[in-house]
Amino acid sequence: MKPITQLLAASAAALALLTAAPAALAQNKPNIGVSIPAATHGWTGGVVYWANRTKGELEKQYPGLTVTIKTAGSAAEQANQIQDLQTANKIDTLVILPFESAPLTQPVAQIKAKGVYVTVVDRGLTDPSAQDAYVAGDNPGFGKVSGEYLAKALGGKGNVVVLRGIPTVIDNQRVDAFMAVMKSHPDIKVLDAKHGNWNRDDAFKVMQDYLTRFKQIDAVWASDDDMAVGVQKAIEQAKRSDVKLVLGGAGSKDYIKKVMDGDKAVTADVTYSPSMIADAMKLTAAARVKGEKLPPSTIIPSVLVTKDNAKQYYFPDSPF
Amino acid sequence: MQLEPTNATLADAAPAPSAARRWPRLRGGGPLAGLVLVCLLGAVLNENFASLDNAMNVLTRTAFIGVIAVGMCFVIISGGIVLSVGSMAALIAGAIILLMNAAAAAGWPPLAAIVAGMACAIALGAVFGLIHGLLISKGRIEPFIVTLGTLGIFRAYLTYFSNGGAITLDGTLASAYGPVYYGSWLGVPVPVWVFIAVALLGGLILNRTAYGRYVQAIGSNEQVARYAAVDVNRVKVLTYMLLGICVGIATVLYVPRLGSASPTTGLLWELEAIAAVIVGGTALKGGAGSITGTVIGAVLLSVISNILNLTSIISVYLNAAVQGFVIIAVAFFQRGRK
Repeated sequence: MKPITQLLAASAAALALLTAAPAALAQNKPNIGVSIPAATHGWTGGVVYWANRTKGELEKQYPGLTVTIKTAGSAAEQANQIQDLQTANKIDTLVILPFESAPLTQPVAQIKAKGVYVTVVDRGLTDPSAQDAYVAGDNPGFGKVSGEYLAKALGGKGNVVVLRGIPTVIDNQRVDAFMAVMKSHPDIKVLDAKHGNWNRDDAFKVMQDYLTRFKQIDAVWASDDDMAVGVQKAIEQAKRSDVKLVLGGAGSKDYIKKVMDGDKAVTADVTYSPSMIADAMKLTAAARVKGEKLPPSTIIPSVLVTKDNAKQYYFPDSPF
Repeated sequence: MQLEPTNATLADAAPAPSAARRWPRLRGGGPLAGLVLVCLLGAVLNENFASLDNAMNVLTRTAFIGVIAVGMCFVIISGGIVLSVGSMAALIAGAIILLMNAAAAAGWPPLAAIVAGMACAIALGAVFGLIHGLLISKGRIEPFIVTLGTLGIFRAYLTYFSNGGAITLDGTLASAYGPVYYGSWLGVPVPVWVFIAVALLGGLILNRTAYGRYVQAIGSNEQVARYAAVDVNRVKVLTYMLLGICVGIATVLYVPRLGSASPTTGLLWELEAIAAVIVGGTALKGGAGSITGTVIGAVLLSVISNILNLTSIISVYLNAAVQGFVIIAVAFFQRGRK
């Protein structure tokens, strides 16, 4: 009798320990892997900066929590990397900003099938069941906020030229939303929209040719702060005074600074901040420590930055 | 047995001036016709195309690629190739911006800092070229592989120095350095003058010096050149250094345009430079080529993208295709002329 009760008690305790152990592990010390593209241009440079900064913050905030950050130069490299994170680093949580959606869907699905909690950032996978949570910027919102500000600044009237990014879904969503706003302002004429590839030099050339081609341009939607640099240089060189507004985007420190300092042509900016990786990491860590789940989709809105609120978006230490 | 064809090839490719000089003229014809045709088309499509301002814009833009293409022309004629000119330009740009900023912070007057930066750009170009040349000639590694390696190395170092962001020239330096890109002399922008000078000098070296003839001889048949007592390794190293210096000069012109270098600086310049050389009638396998053709090729390529920007008849998604069609078409007519 006695030994049996003892055995029962022991097995009950063991059972309790067994069921409690994973919960306790998840509650206290998630092992988070973060996989992001390498810093090949300003925006991804910002992603790497924010990921590293947030790693420090999280490890301080939750003792025992570990964060491993890996950067990849291509989709194939990233696929190998997340495999290594799972087998070598034994991660139980993955925060990934995929290089490209389609080629990474299968590798991420495999990691998830092995019990890893997956948060996908910015670029959704083609099969949403391969991810537990999705945290992203708002591309249509980016175009819409930009369009509305531009229309308001022009008083609903004038000639506008547009510079587009690299031909991608992101670019299409932004431009479509922008054009939809322009449609409701019949007195605003969009003269042309050409690709500047989110690149300063390409934007310089495209803007030079716009200036040659159109004698009256009231505003430029550069749609990106890097492109705005090239656009402003071209305007400066042509000594044209008709361009009253240059609207960039993404919220680089240089352009937020211009807005803050009350630049004549750069009166606003629209955020699409690389710090979304930080938001995703913080949300995921907080949820995993408590053993909770994230909502399936979290959209970080694109915000209009003007002189009044520029200060809270200015991060002088960031490379972007 | 071996020596007889040897002498014939060498004589054909190099010392016989009549043959050597007739070739470039024939080769220049195809691209020139193409350029004239494209320009006529541009003038019809947009009235602003033929304006002096637009012409100067296009020529100024061409200057970087053009200067690099002149150097590339020597390398390709010698039977080599360099894939890393774009990332080399980016790294040099980043390095000299950091240097000039540091010099200005140390209290140097802007002019001195800028002159030091320019000298450093050209010296760095020469050193990178020397490394390429030594690895290729003494190290006996294929130029394609050596420069594929440095393509990644140069850009990675720039990305490292810039933390993935941009390296930007300080305000006072930027305004003092600006005229090198934006200034003009006798109504012609400075970069265009530099382009003209580099092209003339390049033509002179290629066609009127012993070194130029050795370059052609090596590209035509390296073994034969060796038998003819040409110091092949030395000539090759010099050729890669020449291209490095051209990249340095191009960077000196490029930096004042935006006053910054970022990991996207100089992306795909290597392909533009190689395309300019080949469109200009130089054979990718080496042996013969022309600087005039190269200059025309470089201008032709930037005129095409200029016209595409000035019109909206073609979907923006097809811009790259138009350039591709022209490259293939010109190369096709080139082939007919051989």
